[in-house]
Amino acid sequence: MANVNIKINGKKISKEISDNILLSDFLRDKLLLTGTHIGCDTSQCGACVVHLNGNSVKSCTTLVADCDGCEVTTIEGLSSNGKMHVMQESFKKHHGLQCGFCTPGMVMSAIDLLQKNKNPNEQEIRDWLEGNICRCTGYQNIVAAVKDAASKM
Amino acid sequence: MKSFNYKTATSTKEAIKLFSGRSAFLAGGMTLLPAIKLRLAAYSDLINIKKIKGLSGIRASSKSLKIGSAITHAAVASSKEVIKSIPSLALLADGIGDPQVRNRGTIGGSIANNDPAADYPAACLALNATIHTNKRKIPADKFFKGMFETDLKKGELIEAIEFEVPEKSSYTKFPNPASRYAIVGVYIAKLKKEIRVAVTGVESCVFRCKKIEKALTDNFSESSIDNINISSNGFNSDIHASAEYRAHIIKVMAKKAVSTC
Amino acid sequence: MVSLIGSKIERKEDKKFLTGKGRYTADINLVNQTYAYFVRSPHARAKILNVNITKASKSPGVVKIFTGEEIASEKIGGLIAGWKIVSQDGKDMKVPNHPPLAKHAVNYVGDHVAIVIAETLEQAKNAAELVDVSYKIHKAVVNTADAMQSEAIYEGIDQNLCFDFILGDKRKTEDSFSSADKIVKLDLRNNRLIPNAMEPRACIGDYNSSSDELTLYTTSQNPHLSRLVLSAFGGIHPEHKFRVVAPDVGGGFGSKIYAYAEDAVAAWASKKIERPVKWVAERSESFLSDCHGRDHITHVELAIKNDGKIIGLKVDTIANIGAYASLFATVTPTYLYAPLILGLYDIPTAFINVKAVFTNTAPVDAYRGAGRPEATYLIERIVHKAANEIGMDQAEFRRKNFIKKFPHQQCLVHNIDSGDYVAHLDKALEISDYKNFENRKSESAKKGKLRGLGFSTYIEACGIAPSAVVMSIGCGVGLWESAEVRFNATGNVTVFSGAHSHGQGHDTTFAQIVGDRLGVPMESIDVVHGDTDKGPFGMGTYGSRSLAVGGSAIAKACDKIIEKGKKVAAHMLEGKPEDIDFKDGDFILKNSNKKKTIAEVAFACYLPGQFGEIKSPLPPGVEPGLKETSFYDPVNFSFPAGTHICEVEVDQNTGETQVVKYTAVDDFGTIINPMIVEGQVHGGIAQGIGQALYENGHYDESGQLITASYMDYTMPRADNFPQIKVDYTTTPATSNPLGSKGCGEAGAIASPPAVMNAVIDAIGADVSMPATAEKVWNAIKKNDYKKSAA
Repeated sequence: MANVNIKINGKKISKEISDNILLSDFLRDKLLLTGTHIGCDTSQCGACVVHLNGNSVKSCTTLVADCDGCEVTTIEGLSSNGKMHVMQESFKKHHGLQCGFCTPGMVMSAIDLLQKNKNPNEQEIRDWLEGNICRCTGYQNIVAAVKDAASKM
Repeated sequence: MKSFNYKTATSTKEAIKLFSGRSAFLAGGMTLLPAIKLRLAAYSDLINIKKIKGLSGIRASSKSLKIGSAITHAAVASSKEVIKSIPSLALLADGIGDPQVRNRGTIGGSIANNDPAADYPAACLALNATIHTNKRKIPADKFFKGMFETDLKKGELIEAIEFEVPEKSSYTKFPNPASRYAIVGVYIAKLKKEIRVAVTGVESCVFRCKKIEKALTDNFSESSIDNINISSNGFNSDIHASAEYRAHIIKVMAKKAVSTC
Repeated sequence: MVSLIGSKIERKEDKKFLTGKGRYTADINLVNQTYAYFVRSPHARAKILNVNITKASKSPGVVKIFTGEEIASEKIGGLIAGWKIVSQDGKDMKVPNHPPLAKHAVNYVGDHVAIVIAETLEQAKNAAELVDVSYKIHKAVVNTADAMQSEAIYEGIDQNLCFDFILGDKRKTEDSFSSADKIVKLDLRNNRLIPNAMEPRACIGDYNSSSDELTLYTTSQNPHLSRLVLSAFGGIHPEHKFRVVAPDVGGGFGSKIYAYAEDAVAAWASKKIERPVKWVAERSESFLSDCHGRDHITHVELAIKNDGKIIGLKVDTIANIGAYASLFATVTPTYLYAPLILGLYDIPTAFINVKAVFTNTAPVDAYRGAGRPEATYLIERIVHKAANEIGMDQAEFRRKNFIKKFPHQQCLVHNIDSGDYVAHLDKALEISDYKNFENRKSESAKKGKLRGLGFSTYIEACGIAPSAVVMSIGCGVGLWESAEVRFNATGNVTVFSGAHSHGQGHDTTFAQIVGDRLGVPMESIDVVHGDTDKGPFGMGTYGSRSLAVGGSAIAKACDKIIEKGKKVAAHMLEGKPEDIDFKDGDFILKNSNKKKTIAEVAFACYLPGQFGEIKSPLPPGVEPGLKETSFYDPVNFSFPAGTHICEVEVDQNTGETQVVKYTAVDDFGTIINPMIVEGQVHGGIAQGIGQALYENGHYDESGQLITASYMDYTMPRADNFPQIKVDYTTTPATSNPLGSKGCGEAGAIASPPAVMNAVIDAIGADVSMPATAEKVWNAIKKNDYKKSAA
């Protein structure tokens, strides 16, 4: 057990945690931020992607202990004053989601892409999304949503 | 996940001191944590080495490029020094796993794990790298011993990997469509004194393909690879690729690597 | 007012999913909850000699461990096959008992042996490792082709044969073959697929002993049906005291139709320990124990005349249904498959034999398309081959054989009400720029790539299904759907549907239907589903039925609302009901400017009176309230159809195949929300391309699942696909009031043969699914050898 200080979605928290707890479980079970999903056990599906100090990471393969002193942003932390993030709006507009399960990870990953590449072409978007599996959409509308969001961000 | 103690070291010395018989060093954790999660491995202590300052520098000279072991794949891929000094290495790093893995996974972790299908071991062999540990310097040729097996002793910590800067080099990967690890990865480097060709994904451990090295030494061209006979003896065979197919793909990848050198 | 039907309206449900506020089963935590972990068989086939839980029971945090012994002693029933198939000898199909926890034997890797319940998941997993099971291992039956020749897995089920089903006129078909100019033959394998909805299955059993109420939260496509099955056959709890809730469900594709062993055991165990029992699958468990799909081997022969006319079709199929007969496992390779082998062609006679075999593999059941992809694959592959063999253009061969007049009674089962197959073929040819394919082929060749083009002109039977028809051929339930449309006093509307969205956007599409019919704004309509305590019993979402059947029920309930509204409005406006017109939400008295809005009528229905005067707005004999229910039973299946054209590029050096161009022109009848429909088409095609090029559920000889994680099972990613072009033609369905045919499965049904025909066209050789790089490379090599030998 150790104490960690983490800023989660802009809010500082200080919590006693067990050494072996994963960020995904911590978010879901301890902070009840259940928007971060768990879709596999081999770190491949990407449903659990959050931002750690601004970079997208798989929270199912990140120890909370490793996040001491860090900033974490989850899907719940994107909207401000009830207004969705441009990326969230774009997913809605382009029907970039169906069942919604992969969506939070997909959105978090896509935002990180645009942080690193302001104007990605279609192939670059598709390549970047390698770590996010969607079974519903065939990705086409996700790609369209990311492209459109890039033009607005 | 099975329980363990998490400890953070701020210096190599401290890391070694914290290390006990059932410890593991934790860098990005990209293979270590899934292994613990799936109950394939268990440890009493994980020793976080990411806070050790000495493990996170990139230094380039005209002869060599030295990368700290705790540097992430994303950092290697986007490093100006790396892109300038060994562009193929930056491209290799940019093709490991996916963006989230690249944001966490480290070069030291990848090499210490020595997955038979990992990319970095091929870079180490082809670029005649030296693995710097807290105890010694190990030439890459002696470092990779077998499947998930290296020359590292218990409690020995990789501090940096020093690559020889080649005249030209290229890495091409034929990825497993599911895992995206290499079914075959071929790294070709034209060094000052020799041509090295390293192959990953094909056997239980990365290896140098002497036949291609020789052919390219005689004539550094795609066509010189055509007539080589690669025996599939001892090659991995699985649902994604038979040994025979891997043997064939080695040549295809090698030619592609030559053409993009 | 712009019609809501046919409008691209952004989804009402999206905001919750996009902001992390979706509520999936695994997100639910109950007070005093326990965590379950299942001990599963590591062997494909073994006798259970002993299950020793002594040590495990003492492990920290363990609440209780149950084995098959207890389940059996409590007379908890097995999981059932919901559709009886009769073999050609007139005998009923043979199915083994399928206990939720195995007692005597395990029959596939992942089969359920015990449930370990503990205070934390970690503790449950630790204890599960200590459950000591002694097995006597038997040789597993794995291979579809050899199953009938292998040792019988179950006593009394000879040759591992579940049934030997036939359909069609054998004699007439043989005759057609004798008069054929050419007989085209093909052996096909329809690869086993693992559905992989992104949300792993999960459930929580929650029993309240004081009220004797049992609630099961579960990842289900059809909570009402699950409750019925678990109640009537499982004997878990009486239906009226049993509530099944399926909250947001993260994809299903068929795999979440069934009540699984985990549902039954968690619900039952909660009663035993009087605490909530939560189970969430790890992905590796999903691979092992979710129902798989497809897994057929087929021999097909087509009789044709020299002019390209098809005169007969013969099919022999062995369908692997895995270790047990799951809920729809028996109908999938029979009635959902056999009638569809004719495709959309006018084929005068056909005969099909389907043998379903048990093997020591995970149960195989309906997966997106269910039977229809297998049928479409065989007919489209053999048509491709036939056109090639007689040297006819693929499009012209198809055009020649299309059904052209409707309604059309096919020679096997279906009476197809409507369609225009030439229309979608022509449109697809145009959009795909078919005429310039050769130019693109030369361009590809310059890059060293082999380019090929493949067609799939397909039909499917959806809107499942007329109850009397399906029950007459063995279905255990009727396949109608229910809806309740409930006006609230303040004029907004709550719609209850027996269908259940797991990504399809029912909240939006259903609201569009109601908004259109009743003239109520979208934001005033809420759709409720997924809870047996809310709304009437319904049959759920699968078989592309939710709109055609569930939507029709909603439309009919709306019509009843209008009918009653007219009576009330007439009374309020002092006219006769027959003089009331209803338009855009207003009840208007003919030849007057007098009207009442539907909100005013709803208000009057709920508050039938006014201050100071004893006068009701309701006519005598009309009850207060404005709420109508409809149970809609379709009169026929619906028949979506379309033309898909795929182009691939194959790297000759490696065999790697990439889909580079894909065109889909579908006829889904009336489309309510084109944005949602397009999304369904994209997703279906992606799964079909996955089947054709990437996915394969692979067991080794001992019955171990080799593709049991994303490290080995190739899930298609964003970089595997090109932009898919989607367009439509429309001939409304005549069998339902909406004119809709269904769109959910079309992509997965149509695309595998389109892709495979393209691959075969590119390399000039046959190859089986999935056309992985090595297989394609080998096929090219062999073909080169053949060419040089010839």
